[in-house]
Amino acid sequence: MASLKALKGRIASVKSTQKITKAMKTVAAAKLRRATDQAVAGRPYAERLEAVMASLASKIVVGPQSPKLLAGTGKDQVHLIVVATGERGLAGGFNANIVKLARRKAEELIAEGKTVRFYLAGRKGRVLKRFYPQGIHHDQDMSGMRSPAFDHAQAVAQDLIARYEAGEFDVAHLVYSTFRSALVQEPTERQIIPVKVPEGAEGGASSAVEYEPDEEEILATLLPRNVAIQIYRALLENQAGFYGAQMTAMDNATRNAGDMINRLSIEYNRSRQAAITKELIEIISGAEAL
Amino acid sequence: MALHFELVTPERLVRSDEVHMVVVPGTEGDFGVLEGHAPFMSTMRNGDLLIHRTAGAEPDRIAIEGGFAEVNERGLTVLAERADIPA
Repeated sequence: MASLKALKGRIASVKSTQKITKAMKTVAAAKLRRATDQAVAGRPYAERLEAVMASLASKIVVGPQSPKLLAGTGKDQVHLIVVATGERGLAGGFNANIVKLARRKAEELIAEGKTVRFYLAGRKGRVLKRFYPQGIHHDQDMSGMRSPAFDHAQAVAQDLIARYEAGEFDVAHLVYSTFRSALVQEPTERQIIPVKVPEGAEGGASSAVEYEPDEEEILATLLPRNVAIQIYRALLENQAGFYGAQMTAMDNATRNAGDMINRLSIEYNRSRQAAITKELIEIISGAEAL
Repeated sequence: MALHFELVTPERLVRSDEVHMVVVPGTEGDFGVLEGHAPFMSTMRNGDLLIHRTAGAEPDRIAIEGGFAEVNERGLTVLAERADIPA
């Protein structure tokens, strides 16, 4: 059995750990609220853009003259996986789950004989370097970002589109974590380039709409914007999911620390009692011997 | 009757209001939208959005960057990449 002093020390150390995890949980909860508000505020724009894209795309026949972002490069060889993760750890399995999904997707594509490259947005995706030392295409530094703004997403989107136009890849997938609730985050993968147009969302009376300039030109300006929006949404969802995961993880850690303190205190009290009993026995048996 | 007007950026819904008229800086020229406008869609250049709350009133000015405007039976929706709201 550990000495009394050692036990006392451990209790003190677990207590201070608990204080830290408790504080982190409170901070994450506050930030979670802000992040979800931001995610909700971003929804109307994305929804309208999607509706407009759908109604436009239904009027256009995809052909060789269509913008590359819609029609694709005509090849399907080089796949780029954009991995959006958090900047920090201590959030349970949050980052690990995103990376796991990215790896699964990569393995699938490799099994099909495709070339896979990675584009990292977020520090915690860097573990992928270990598995695919040759495959890292670009490592976007997002560390300056305290909360995602549209500018960040746009910078990434422009970079991606420039690389796409330069023929560096044929298809881009985005891997991030969808925010369901503070407890549930779902790693999600979706294709962002070429743009997958949502189908049949609108119809009917919209045929009377006048366009200025014409449909194709409007669509051509909307496509890059759509990529940026998709990335922006992913960043927002990630942000909210990250704080949700961190809050849960820190809540668990606080509870575990509490359990540990209880266990250690019982052990401490028992050994103290044992020591006292032993001393008493010694005194009494000494007195009897006289 | 008034025109239902919404200004949306990726970050938030900036404004949702009943107004008299809005002048939008379209790529091919400015255009004003009154209540009951025919369905219409246009891209926008960077410029000022003029919002007339009532007929003849001094318009509110909101500087916007990029995006597009859509008019349908529900009203006018402006989707801008950025909007500077005068404080």
